[in-house]
Amino acid sequence: MSMWLTLVAAGSATYLIRLSFIAFAHRGTPPVWITRPLRLVPAAVLSALILPAVIAPQGAVQLWPLSPRVLAGMAAVFVAWKTRSILLTLIVGMSILWLAGLLLPG
Amino acid sequence: MEGGSPPTASIPHSARAHPSDQTAPGAREELLRGILAEIPLLLGVIPFGMIYGVIAIQSGLTPATAQAASAVVFAGSSQFAMSQLVAGGASGLVIVVSIAAINMRHALYSASLAPHLAHLSAAWKALLAYLLTDEAYAVSIGHLQADGPRTHRHFFLLGAGLTLWTAWQASTALGLFVGARLPQSWSLDFTLPLTFIAIVVPQLKDRAGLWAALIAGGLAVALRGLPVGMGVLLAAVVGILAGTALERRQA
Repeated sequence: MSMWLTLVAAGSATYLIRLSFIAFAHRGTPPVWITRPLRLVPAAVLSALILPAVIAPQGAVQLWPLSPRVLAGMAAVFVAWKTRSILLTLIVGMSILWLAGLLLPG
Repeated sequence: MEGGSPPTASIPHSARAHPSDQTAPGAREELLRGILAEIPLLLGVIPFGMIYGVIAIQSGLTPATAQAASAVVFAGSSQFAMSQLVAGGASGLVIVVSIAAINMRHALYSASLAPHLAHLSAAWKALLAYLLTDEAYAVSIGHLQADGPRTHRHFFLLGAGLTLWTAWQASTALGLFVGARLPQSWSLDFTLPLTFIAIVVPQLKDRAGLWAALIAGGLAVALRGLPVGMGVLLAAVVGILAGTALERRQA
């Protein structure tokens, strides 16, 4: 029973966080001091999710020797920059991850 | 739902406007484009959902509560943390506070989307807020921000959100049912950061964006010892402030 209560409370909290700004935004053009930071949200949040997953997947930073994940990540940045394609980035990134996993020790 | 389209019953079939005649893409087309945009991300989401299902069972959650969490909380990393906390015997209060903290970054998404959804009804806002996840936000924000007619843009977000929702519920159920791990050697979890790279890199067109990304990413690595979610949130906020300050100095 208490697990269900916990779930409802956690779900409500998460939902209210998601709804927060959407619920209170009104029609019209918001001022530039709001729009300027908001434009940077995707780049900042997604990078904060990406970098730890690439260079410290197990918790410890490993930059050198290059791990398969760092190699694959660098290749993915290059492919994404050149092609803007999610699918191509995935194909090249995962291929390099698997290939490097076979060839590199550890 | 398709506001603005004429009542079809009163119009002869041949006289109906073809969707491509309109300047803005129709609701159905936007919905379909949102679904298609979300599909590549499912490669990472489905294994993630299955692993969650397996771990939730091993942590002592019942299949019913584990599945309900996917519907009620609907946020992957916080559900993993919840499983760990349940396994460790944490109290309900600790679990609720932890989940809220991990999911606080969604407030940034909410703020970022708000101007683009301001014209919608309360029901639409309520529905789209429920479907607001890392993955749905990531594929939709660029489309919502783009210039041009935006009559049915929210259907794109709806399509992306519903696709992710369906995949998350189904993969959770599959993980609970199968109860076995996907081969870890496949490293399918890595498709999520790769997808985010594919989305972020083309957006880094100016110095402010580039610095916001580099600072947020670097700080997130430095702060990875913080409880799940807190490091990401703090790093993103500092990155956004730094990028904004840089932009203001240039302006």
